[in-house]
Amino acid sequence: MSAAPASEAEPPGLALPPAPIREPGAASRPLLELVGLTKIYGEGTAAVKALGGVDLSVQAGEFVAVMGPSGSGKSTAMNILGCLDTPSGGAYLFRGVHVEKLTGKQRTLLRRHFLGFVFQGFNLLARTSAEENVELPLLYRGVSTAERRTAARIALDSVGLKGWEGHTPAQLSGGQQQRVAIARAIVTKPSVLLADEPTGNLDTQRSHEIMDLITALNRDLGITILMVTHEADMAAYARRIVSFRDGLVESDVENQPREEAG
Amino acid sequence: MLWSTILLAIREIRRNLMRSFLTVLGIVIGVSAVITMVTLGNGATQAVADQISSLGSNLLILRPGQRVGGPGGGGGARRFDVRDAEAIRSQIGSIKAVAPTTTSAVTVIYGAKNWSTTATGTTSDDFVAANWHLASGRVFTEAEEKNGKAVCVIGETVRRELYGAQAPVGTGMRVKGFSCEVIGLLASKGQASGGQDQDDTVILPLRTVQRRITGRPTVNTILISVKDGASSTAVADQITGLMRERRKITGAKEDDFNILDTKEIAATLSGTTKTLTLLLGAVAAVSLLVGGIGIMNIMLVSVTERTREIGVRLAIGALEGEVLLQFLIEAIVLASIGGLVGIALATIASVVLTKVMSVPYAFNVGINVLSFVFSAAIGVLFGYVPARRAARLNPITALRHE
Repeated sequence: MSAAPASEAEPPGLALPPAPIREPGAASRPLLELVGLTKIYGEGTAAVKALGGVDLSVQAGEFVAVMGPSGSGKSTAMNILGCLDTPSGGAYLFRGVHVEKLTGKQRTLLRRHFLGFVFQGFNLLARTSAEENVELPLLYRGVSTAERRTAARIALDSVGLKGWEGHTPAQLSGGQQQRVAIARAIVTKPSVLLADEPTGNLDTQRSHEIMDLITALNRDLGITILMVTHEADMAAYARRIVSFRDGLVESDVENQPREEAG
Repeated sequence: MLWSTILLAIREIRRNLMRSFLTVLGIVIGVSAVITMVTLGNGATQAVADQISSLGSNLLILRPGQRVGGPGGGGGARRFDVRDAEAIRSQIGSIKAVAPTTTSAVTVIYGAKNWSTTATGTTSDDFVAANWHLASGRVFTEAEEKNGKAVCVIGETVRRELYGAQAPVGTGMRVKGFSCEVIGLLASKGQASGGQDQDDTVILPLRTVQRRITGRPTVNTILISVKDGASSTAVADQITGLMRERRKITGAKEDDFNILDTKEIAATLSGTTKTLTLLLGAVAAVSLLVGGIGIMNIMLVSVTERTREIGVRLAIGALEGEVLLQFLIEAIVLASIGGLVGIALATIASVVLTKVMSVPYAFNVGINVLSFVFSAAIGVLFGYVPARRAARLNPITALRHE
C-alpha cells in the first residue's frame, strides 16, 4: 500500500448527515445472533475446529470490539457474521433470518443491502478516484448516476475528505485511504459495519482519528459496529468487548468508552 | 444492468490503459500478420497465374533436342524449318495458329541511341499464339512475310529505350546494319515468371531474320496454339508422331525434340505457389499463436491485482454473475478493438506491399474473419477464465490473494 507524504494535512472536522439509520423497535430482538455456531476446516484427521460452539447476540446500535490472539477464531466468526463464509453447524440469525440456510446469491444480496465492510488493507480499487471507489456499492444496487454522485460526495464529506474526491488511492495517505474505505462502507447506509483491523496498517495518530470517526458513525448514525482488533487501545473505544480464545468466547464485558480526542 | 456493466467495463479499460494497450497490441499483431501474409501469398499465386496466361493460352512449344537442361537445350539435334511448321498446319487438327520462330541477339539503333535486344523472326501467327496485342500500328502482311520485307513490330522496352516520348510507328530503325520500318508497337506484357523482360524484343517476318540476320533457313522453335476446348495433350501426341515420322525416328529410339505444354508449366507453377501460400499461412499461424500467448500473458499477469478487485466487488455485494459479465465485456471490447485495428493495419500493409511486389491485391474475407475470430477467442478466453476462477473464490480468500 502506498503512503502519501507526511506533510499532507488531513482535513479536520466530521460533518455527519443527521438522518439516523437505526431501525425503530429493533431493540426488542437481537440484530445478530449466533447460536452454538461451529466452523470446521478440513476433513477427517486433518480437521481443525476453528469455532467450537459460539453463542453471541448483538443488539442494533451496539459498538462491539472483537479481540483475541491469532487462531482464536475471531476472524472466522467475523467472516460468518459478514456473510462471507458459512458455518459448519449451529445457527446465525440476521434480524431473525437464518443466514446459514440462505443461498450464496441471497447472502450476497444481504451484504449488498445491510452490511458495510472496512478492511485492514483498505482494498480500494487502484487508479480509481475516491469518488468512484465510494460509488461502487451503489452501482451494484442500481442507483442512478446522479444519485450515486451525490451520495458519494456526502459520504466523503462525512469522513472529512471534502475536496479529495478526484484523488486516486496512490495520491492519498494511508489514513485518507481508510477514510475512503469507510465512506465506501457507509454510503449504502448499512445496518452493520464490519471492520477487520481497520487501524492495523496505520500509525497511532491516524489510528485514533479513524477510531474517532467510527465512534461517531455509531453514535450519530446508529450504525452497529463490529470491529476486530488486537490492540487494547482501539478496543477501548467500544462499549462492549468480546474476547475469543480457542474457538470460544472467553469473555464478554461492558466497557466504558474512553473520552474522544476531539 | 447490462448497460451499466458495459459502462463499467469501458471505464476499467480506460483506467488500465497500459494493460489494455498491451492486450490490444497482441491481438493487432496476430491478426495483421496473418491477414497480410495470406493476402500476399494469394497475390503471388494470382500474379503467377496472370503471367502464365500472358504466355498464351494452350500453347505448345516445339524445340529440337531432348528436354534435359531446361530451355535452349538444342544440342546436336537437327533444327526445324518452315516445312515442319507447314506440315503441322496441314496435317494436324484442332490448331489455331502455328508460328515457326527464330531468334537472334541484335543491336538496334535509332537516332543517336542504341539498344541490345532479341530479334524474333516469325509469322503473323505468332501474335495469336504468343498472345501479343498491339498498342498501335499493325502486324505484317502475308506479302511482307513472303518477301522478307524489312518491317518490324517493337516491344515496349525497345520503344522506351530508343524513342522516349516520340511515337515509333512509321519511323526507320537500324537492325544489324539494315534499315527497318517500324509498323507496330506491342502492348506491354511485363516480366515473365522466369524474370526476363518479355517486352524487350523486336518482331520481324521470319524470312527477313533468316536472310538478313541469321543467314540460315532453319527455325529455333515452333509455337503451336491449340484451339480452345481441344486437348493440348492429344495435339502434342499427334505432333510427336508427325515429327518422329518426318525425322525418321523409329522403334524405341528416343525423340530428338521436345514439346513444352504451357498448361503443364502452369500446373507446376501454381502448385509451387500454393505450397508457398501454405508456408506463409503456417508462418502467419505461428505469429497468431505468439500474439495469442502475448494476450494470455497480459491477462494472467494482471490476475493478482484483479483477484483482489474481484474480492472487493464480491464483499461489497456484487453477484458472481455481475462480476463475470463485466470481465467478459471487458475482454470482448478489447479483443474487438484489437481485431478491427489489426484488420485495418493488415489492409494498409497488404495494399502497400502488393504494390511494392507488383502482385495483384484482393481482399480475402475468409482469412480476415478467421484471424479476427481466433484472436478474439483467445482474448476472451484468457480474460474470462481467470476471472471466473477468482469470482468463485470466497471473497475473503480473493481479498488476501497475493
